[in-house]
Amino acid sequence: MPFKNKEARLMLMVGAMVAMLAAVLVELGNPANMGLCIVCFLRDTSGALGLHRAGVVQYIRPEIIGISLGAFIMAFSRREFRSRGGSAPFTRFILGIFVVIGALVFLGCPLRMVLRLANGDLNALLGLVGFVAGIFSGVFFLNRGFTLKRTYASVNLEGYLFPALQLVFLVLLVVSPAFIFFSAEGPGSMKAPLIIALVAGVLVGAGAQRSRLCMSGGIRDAILFKDPHLLYGFMGIFAVSLLANLILGNFTLGFTGQPVAHNDGLWNFLGMMLTGFGAVLLGGCPLRQLILGAEGNMDSVITIMGMYVGTAISHNFGLAASGAGVPLNGKVAVMIGFAVVLTIGVLNSEYISIFKVKGDANLGTHSS
Amino acid sequence: MELIRVDGRGRSCPEPVLLTKKALKNNPATVEVIVDNATARDNVRRLAGNSGYEVQISEANDGFIMILKSR
Repeated sequence: MPFKNKEARLMLMVGAMVAMLAAVLVELGNPANMGLCIVCFLRDTSGALGLHRAGVVQYIRPEIIGISLGAFIMAFSRREFRSRGGSAPFTRFILGIFVVIGALVFLGCPLRMVLRLANGDLNALLGLVGFVAGIFSGVFFLNRGFTLKRTYASVNLEGYLFPALQLVFLVLLVVSPAFIFFSAEGPGSMKAPLIIALVAGVLVGAGAQRSRLCMSGGIRDAILFKDPHLLYGFMGIFAVSLLANLILGNFTLGFTGQPVAHNDGLWNFLGMMLTGFGAVLLGGCPLRQLILGAEGNMDSVITIMGMYVGTAISHNFGLAASGAGVPLNGKVAVMIGFAVVLTIGVLNSEYISIFKVKGDANLGTHSS
Repeated sequence: MELIRVDGRGRSCPEPVLLTKKALKNNPATVEVIVDNATARDNVRRLAGNSGYEVQISEANDGFIMILKSR
């Protein structure tokens, strides 16, 4: 029985906590179905820094700061914090860009997908099907020896820089100097009180670090190892979120009129498929990247930087969807994304050889 | 018989588990797995448990040495 198992119980409990905190954040002011959304919040933050100028989605989200610091504190106190990096950083940066481009065509990271699903938003069901398809695509390459090669220990200061950056964001948020943009209207203007959002973030970050909660990992491990462990977190989030929505009267089943969502089924599917594909090659969903980054994994920090940049690209180039639907540019970008992620998958899989000569070319055997 | 060794150090998720799974394919009596982070340790331990192996873990310099023994 899974629920007698301590690890599984912890995972379910963390999932339940994440769902409850997300519900509280929406009640206290966050946009509907957006109690927590890693990609949306990275997007709001990059907008606040002026990396994009979409006026309705600019705010330094304290949840991101809290998650990073909560995970850092938890990792540090459990002696799991270690500076490391060097596993194909620029490849990861690019994967990070396309993971968020896909997510912003769907309108949400995998975590928000589950929250939307639990609110009766059936568009998220197509997103989920796409996400699973993307994970299958990633697993295809994992089974063929996909690897971005190993990380190595790095100088200690390196690992502290990411939590330090989040502290800088906190200062910018509190001081709000004139060069920081805060939305006056739209989703970016809808926010839970700073302190509560920050504390909720810390709890989520600490819980996710402790349990290793990961949205893409759950489905991936179920496929690869028939191991449902990480899925318990997914299930905990869904069940408690559904319950909260039913109690609070937020639940509306259907495709239309869903908050911060569009009902273009094909692109909900393809957007999340791209996100799932990229997330598996990266080794984790956007939430997991934040947690790993806070544990001192510089490759994940680079991925997060790619995600910040990706959100800016999404809005600067008109790729991101809105309630009105998916712009043409967004569709083109998703197709480019598939080509790029596929190429990265093929070229880094040890058992797929395109350029290698059969029998392997040995440099020493060439005659001149 | 020579001891089967798996070096999962520095690999991102789920590579250490995949490498271990591959090593367990022909049901060897003993496999030694080296990992360098707690996530990989827990994941390998879960896989070993699910595959009918007992696990002994010792902390090494910069990680964990795990001895998997067939039950």
